[in-house]
Amino acid sequence: MLGVLLLVFSLVALAHAELCRPDAQNAFKVRLSIKTALGDNAYAWDASEEYLFKAMVAFAMRRYSNKETTQISNVLLCNMTERVSFWFVVTDSSKNVTTVPGSEVEAAIRMNRNRINSAFLLTDNTLQFLKISSTLSPPIEPTVPVWLIVFSVVLCLVGAGILFLVLSGIRQRRKNNNESAENGDLEDKCDTPVTTENGIPCDILDLKTGRINGVYTADDERFTPL
Amino acid sequence: MSNAQSLDIPEDLQEDDRPKWDNKFQYILSCIGFAVGLGNVWRFPYLCQIYGGGAFLIPYFIALVFEGIPLFHLELAIGQSMRKGSIGVWNNISPYLGGVGIGSLMVSFLVSLYYNTILAWVMWYFVNSFQEPLPWSICPLNGNRTGYIEECHKSTSVNYFWYRRALNISSDITDSGNLQWWLVLCLASSWAIVYICIIRGIESTGKAIYVTATFPYLVLTIFLIRGLTLPGATEGLVYLFTPNLNILKNPRVWLDAATQIFFSLSLAFGGLIAFSSYNSQKNDCEKDAVTIAVVNSMTSIYASIPIFSVLGFKAITGHWDCLDRNIISIINEFDLPDQSILRDNYTAWLEFLNTTHPKKIAGLKLRNCDLQEFLDQSASGTGLAFIVFTEAIILMPGSQGWAVLFFIMLFSLGLSSMFGNIEGILTPLSEVRIISKSVPKEVLSGIICLISFVTALCFTLRSGSYWLEVFDSYAGSLPLLIISFFEVTGVVYVYGIKRFSDDVKWMTGRQPNFYWQVSWRIISPLLMLIVFIAFVTLQTQKQPSYGAWNPKYEGFPMKEEKDYPAWILAICVLLVVIPCISIPTVAFYHLIKRVLGRRKRKDLNPVNTLSMAPQEN
Repeated sequence: MLGVLLLVFSLVALAHAELCRPDAQNAFKVRLSIKTALGDNAYAWDASEEYLFKAMVAFAMRRYSNKETTQISNVLLCNMTERVSFWFVVTDSSKNVTTVPGSEVEAAIRMNRNRINSAFLLTDNTLQFLKISSTLSPPIEPTVPVWLIVFSVVLCLVGAGILFLVLSGIRQRRKNNNESAENGDLEDKCDTPVTTENGIPCDILDLKTGRINGVYTADDERFTPL
Repeated sequence: MSNAQSLDIPEDLQEDDRPKWDNKFQYILSCIGFAVGLGNVWRFPYLCQIYGGGAFLIPYFIALVFEGIPLFHLELAIGQSMRKGSIGVWNNISPYLGGVGIGSLMVSFLVSLYYNTILAWVMWYFVNSFQEPLPWSICPLNGNRTGYIEECHKSTSVNYFWYRRALNISSDITDSGNLQWWLVLCLASSWAIVYICIIRGIESTGKAIYVTATFPYLVLTIFLIRGLTLPGATEGLVYLFTPNLNILKNPRVWLDAATQIFFSLSLAFGGLIAFSSYNSQKNDCEKDAVTIAVVNSMTSIYASIPIFSVLGFKAITGHWDCLDRNIISIINEFDLPDQSILRDNYTAWLEFLNTTHPKKIAGLKLRNCDLQEFLDQSASGTGLAFIVFTEAIILMPGSQGWAVLFFIMLFSLGLSSMFGNIEGILTPLSEVRIISKSVPKEVLSGIICLISFVTALCFTLRSGSYWLEVFDSYAGSLPLLIISFFEVTGVVYVYGIKRFSDDVKWMTGRQPNFYWQVSWRIISPLLMLIVFIAFVTLQTQKQPSYGAWNPKYEGFPMKEEKDYPAWILAICVLLVVIPCISIPTVAFYHLIKRVLGRRKRKDLNPVNTLSMAPQEN
C-alpha cells in the first residue's frame, strides 16, 4: 500500500517535473529584480513569496476564465535561481497532466498585470514575464495641445504691445503737429534753409544768363557805335 | 586747410535732431548685446573642446588683441566721428568706398533673415517646454501601438523631435515641400517681437536691451550653479579645459580662432557704426572698444563652463546607462543575484567571467563603455542647442523649468544681436535719400520687418534648414571678411591714418598709441588678408556638401552626405558676390563719373584749366 502510494507520488512528481521545465511547452520564465526596485526595503525571496506568486497566478487565471477551477496547486514553479528567476506552468485540473495553453496564461497575466505587480511592490520592468510583452500605454494627450495655449498667450502679448506702441506713436505725432501749428509761419520760414549772400537768395544769383542792371543799360548809347 | 570731412566742426553745428542714447550704459549694453550672441554659447565651447581645451585660449587671445580689438575700435571711431550709418560714413571717407556701406547693409539683411529663423526655432521649443513630460523625451507610438515609430526608434527621441516634429525636414535640399505652418507662426511672432523692440529705432531698443542683454547672464549663472552640482560636471570641465599644446601646430586652429573672434564681435555688419553714430562725439571710444571686446570674450569663456558641466553630466549618464545595460545582460545570462555587480566592480567581474566563460561573454555582445567616447560626442550650433543640450535637460530633475530658462536665454541672446543687425539696416536706409523724410520711423521699421518676414518664409519650407546652412556658410562668412578688409585699408590708406588718429584724438583726448598705430597700419590688414585667403582655400578644397537627414538611408541615423547641385552652388556664389559686388561697382561708377566730368569741363573751358570748378564731393 505504502509502496503504491510512493509510486503514485513519484509518478505525479515526475509528471510535474515533466510539465515544468525550462522551455517546456506553455511554460513561462519569470525574472524579478527586487533589490533594484526596492533598494534597502527589499524583501528576501523565500517559500512564502513563492506561495504568493502561485496564488496571484491562480487568481489571474480565475479572473480571466471566470470559472473558479484553478487552484494554487495547479501552478508549478521550477528552476529557481539566485537571480531570482524561475519557470512556471499552469496545469489543468479538469484534464490530467496537461498544461493550460500558453495563450490563455498570457492573456490572463496581461489582464491582471497591475494586480500582480502591486502584490510584489514591483513594476513591469522589475517583474518580468519574459515572453509576455506589456502593452505600451499611450502618452496622455491633452485636448488642446499645450504649446498652442502658450503660443496664443505670447501672440496676444506681442499684438497688444505692437498696438500700444503704434497708437502712442500716433498720439505723440499728433501732439507734435498741434504744437508746430501753434508756432506757425515762423517755423515754416526757418524749415528750409536758404543760403543767402548779402541778403539776396543765392538761387536768384545763380542764373547763368545774368541779370540786367538797369543803371547801366541806359549808358549803352554813350559809346559811339562802331 | 581742413575740408568738411575732417572734424573741426564746432559742436553747435552738429545735428541736434539725431536720436541719441539715454545714457552711456545703454550704448555699452547695446554693443555688448550685439556682440554677445548665439555663437558665444554654441560655437566657442565646441571650438575649445576640439582644439585642445585650454590651449585654444592662446590663439584666441592673440586674435582678440591683434585683430578683434583694433577693428572694433576702428568701427566705433568712424561711426562716432561721422555720426552717420554705414553708407553715409563710407561716402564721407571716400565716394569710391561707398560700396562698402552698401555691402554692409546687404549682409546685415541676409544675416538677419536666417538669424531670426533660428529664433523662431527657439520659440517653437520654448512653447513646447511647458508640457509634462517634455515632448522630446519620449518616442510616439506607431499606428497599431505595438512599438515606437521606426524613425524615432532607430535614432533617438530628441533627434526625432528636432528633425520631424520641429523642422519636418525633407531628405534633400531640392525637395522643398510645403510651408510648415507651426514654423510660419513662430517666425511671424519672432518678427513681431523684433518689430516691437525696434519700432522707434534706438529709443525702443535702448529700453529693451536692459532686459535682453542682462537676462542671459542671469540664466548662465543659474545654469552654472546647477551644472556644477551635477554628477559628471568635473569630468566635463576637465575634458574641456585640459590643454593640449600640440594642437597649436595645426594652422587650422589659428584660422578658426581668428574667424571665431571676427564673427563673434559682429564686425562689418554696420551695426556698430550705427550704434556709435548716436553717441556724442566727445566720447572715449577707445575705452569702449576694449571693454566691449573683452566682455564678449569673457562671456564666451563664462558660458562654456555651464555648457560643459551639463555635457559632462550627459556623458557620464550615458556611460552609466551603458554599464547598467551590460551589467543586466551579464546578471541575466549567469543568473547571478540582483545587484551583485555594481558599476564599481564591473570591470573586475568582467575580467573574472571572461576567464571562466569566455564564450558566453562573447555571445552577449557587450558594448565597450568608454567615458571618453561619450565625452567626445561634441556638437556645435543648432545640434548643440536642440539635440545635445535638450537631451541633457531631460535627465535633470525639474526639466520643464530648465528647458524654459534655457530657451528664453537663447531667445534673448539672439534678440539683442538682431537689434544690431536691424539697426545696421535701418540707420543707413533712413539717411539715404531714397526714402522721404516724412515716412515715420515706425512705418519704415515695419516695412523692413515685413519684407524680411516674407523673404524668410523660405526657411520654413521642409528644406529650410538646409537653406539656412547655405546662408550661414556663404552669406554670413566670406562677405564679412572682404568688407572688413576694405574697411581697415580704406580708413588707414584712403582716408589717411594721420587724419584718423587726429579725429580719434579730438574725440578721446589722446593720440592713439603705438599699439593702435601698428595694428591698424600693418597687423590687422595683413591678418584679414591671410584669414581671407586661408578661408577661401579651405572652402574650395573640397566639393561643398551637406548632411541630409534621410530615414531611408542605409546608414541612418547617420546623416547622408550629399553634394549641392549646380544651381544651388550658383546661389551660394551669388550670396557671396552680391554684397561684395557693390564695392567695385560704386568705385567704378564714381571713376566713370569723374572721367566724364573732366572731359565735359575740358570741352566747356578749352583755355582755362585752373581748378576753378567746384571740387567733387
